[in-house]
Amino acid sequence: MSFLSYLLKGVSLGSVYAIIALGYTMVYGIAKMLNFAHGDVIMVGGYAAFTCSMTRGMAPLPSILIAMVVCTVLGIVIETIAYRPLLEAASPLAVLITAIGVSYFLQNIVLIIFGSNPKSFQSLVKIPGLKLADGALTISGETIVTILSCLIIMLILTQFISRTRMGQAMLAVSEDKGAAQLMGINVNSTIALTFAIGSGLAAIAGVLLCSAYPSLSPYTGAMPGIKAFVAAVFGGIGSIPGAFLGGILLGVIEILAKGYISTQLSDAIVFGVLIIVLLVRPTGLLGKRIQEKV
Amino acid sequence: MALLEVHDIKVYYGMIQALKGISFEVNEGEIVALIGANGAGKTTTLHTITGLLRAKSGSIHFDGKDITKTPAHHVVGMGMAHVPEGRRVFANMTVLQNLKMGAFTRRDKDEIMDTLETVYHRFPRLKERQGQIAGTLSGGEQQMLAMGRALMSRPRLILMDEPSMGLSPIFVNEIFDIIQKVSDSGTTVLLVEQNARKALSIADRAYVLETGTISMSGRAADLLNDEAVQKAYLGE
Repeated sequence: MSFLSYLLKGVSLGSVYAIIALGYTMVYGIAKMLNFAHGDVIMVGGYAAFTCSMTRGMAPLPSILIAMVVCTVLGIVIETIAYRPLLEAASPLAVLITAIGVSYFLQNIVLIIFGSNPKSFQSLVKIPGLKLADGALTISGETIVTILSCLIIMLILTQFISRTRMGQAMLAVSEDKGAAQLMGINVNSTIALTFAIGSGLAAIAGVLLCSAYPSLSPYTGAMPGIKAFVAAVFGGIGSIPGAFLGGILLGVIEILAKGYISTQLSDAIVFGVLIIVLLVRPTGLLGKRIQEKV
Repeated sequence: MALLEVHDIKVYYGMIQALKGISFEVNEGEIVALIGANGAGKTTTLHTITGLLRAKSGSIHFDGKDITKTPAHHVVGMGMAHVPEGRRVFANMTVLQNLKMGAFTRRDKDEIMDTLETVYHRFPRLKERQGQIAGTLSGGEQQMLAMGRALMSRPRLILMDEPSMGLSPIFVNEIFDIIQKVSDSGTTVLLVEQNARKALSIADRAYVLETGTISMSGRAADLLNDEAVQKAYLGE
């Protein structure tokens, strides 16, 4: 039974990675940039939810909603102030360095406001866990909610992209910005929308992450951010199903490695698997092979 | 008043001046050709008209409205469609999705379906392949898709940038036939072409671009018989 419980824990952690990876992959697909501050948006979401629920005593759902609003606005502000002036004019390297700068900026702002001591985050998941097979297998409420959230988000997001005007605009911009403009699509607002969605999802990821691993510090977002980035590359950056698959696989590999091999080595194993996958498939598991017809 | 009036536009790429003040006009119902060698500024001119590039000075009026500073994504809705050089179809979308993208600014759902039928009537091959991924079409089919996509916005003026580039002679003839038919159905056409002979044979009027300036203009039939034009652009 321990394998099953490891597996569920892995899928649950992987679901969080997947939700974060969606933000990376969508922004990359549409703005062709790596937003390395994305992990820190998760952390801001965690602090926003913490402030609402633990400091102000609000109920879980409103706390999560406020955290989402905070992160959505933050995402749009970051895009407009820090990235937009650079996206057209500057080199991709300048955008990348700016993203790293934004990441440190967010960490330090939170450090000033909340201090460096980790906060103890009380889970916002209030549903009870399940005990199966006479208590041999327990599934926590957090695990259930996390996996379900990830599935629902994937479902809504794919429907949004395939069925709505804005979703189609996002697809068009991801393929060819210039041609998209000629269709009448406002590229800047489409990019801003992508940041808004990615950041809103980051807030959910932040709350789920802190509910399962209840220590919240200004650096909480850094490692999950990097892992989710790895998950996005693993699955094929730019691909939404790829982010999902990459996230889940990464979470499962990490937890199984922790459980059966070594806790200390688990991260090395995760990154080792990434290296092997990229050697065999440089565009990731579901990434598009570049193929152009003249 | 002409449908499109371009007045003394100057365009720079950084320090390099690409257009040195060109003026021309396109009247309702005409086919106007812009011909010239590689690097003369033909594509730059079209990009400036639709707002993908900004003119440093000069003005562009469409249907009497000043569109010099109008962003590209607003221009389509005003009735001007641009078929870009190299087709630029959305390679990972299906033919039908591409066509629907062409109607992005329109909100009249039922009439969009009518336009789709009209486009399919003009390009039966697109209907046959409506579920196919656009990137797998041949060059000529992609050109048809790019034109059909532009027509989906029901433009009054359609700008076409090198529609015959890289196509086999059979497709070239077919594309020019279609341009003629699009014009016959009442859409005004501004055509940029390196295939000057073909362009002049269907155009009403033409302008010759040479390193950022207009060196000659007149009735297409006259230019076709002009000795200097023949020497420089018709390979005679």
